[in-house]
Amino acid sequence: MASHILLVGMGGFFGAIFRYFFSKKLNGEKLPIGTLTVNLSGAFLLGAIIGANLSTATTLLLGTGFLGAFTTFSTLKLEMAQLQLKKEHRVFILYTTITYGGGIALAYLGYWLGSFFR
Amino acid sequence: MIYLWIGIAGMLGAILRYLISVLLLADSLFPFATLTINLLGSFLLAWLTSHVFKKARLSPHLSTAIGTGFIGSFTTFSALSVETLRLFQDGNNFLGMVYVVMSLFGGLAMSHLGLNVSKEVQES
Repeated sequence: MASHILLVGMGGFFGAIFRYFFSKKLNGEKLPIGTLTVNLSGAFLLGAIIGANLSTATTLLLGTGFLGAFTTFSTLKLEMAQLQLKKEHRVFILYTTITYGGGIALAYLGYWLGSFFR
Repeated sequence: MIYLWIGIAGMLGAILRYLISVLLLADSLFPFATLTINLLGSFLLAWLTSHVFKKARLSPHLSTAIGTGFIGSFTTFSALSVETLRLFQDGNNFLGMVYVVMSLFGGLAMSHLGLNVSKEVQES
């Protein structure tokens, strides 16, 4: 259990830093491209890790730790709420659709590709 | 330096998420743990950034470490996507839909709640 916590913590340390870097670089005026990028790429990569059925330690470090922290849900929801308050309805619908549709589709694609490496 | 603080906060957020997911209904078919974490985090981030950080006059670095680092890493989107995929793959289409709808609209409602709590407190 202690080693599991250490692995998740190490992954989370770097996942958060990388997310901050990307969202600072890419988040634009209207559509939060940075958050979208980390969430979609993270969904794809986690799909690949689960599909490849890696060891528990690797899954905890890279999946639960790194990608869990690299992707985020709270910021996504705050951005969605702010788009609604700013009455940016078209951007809101676009952001929601790409995030959820893309996230699940890319998780599937990653899973499918990862399963070749079992 | 801000990167170090975000990393440390992210480490703590990820560990807390892991502990909750192990302790809270880990064997359940429906991903209650991730849903609970994500809904709670959505409320907390909105409430903290719109009210608490301003009122407590935290430094921008500390606010970013807590908001982006800790809460950002505590909540997760990759697990939500893969868990939804797994529900559909296992033929639990109804549960998959429920999970997406509850995350999408529930999370949004929790964010608005966090923003509104602030407004009401400020007005009173």
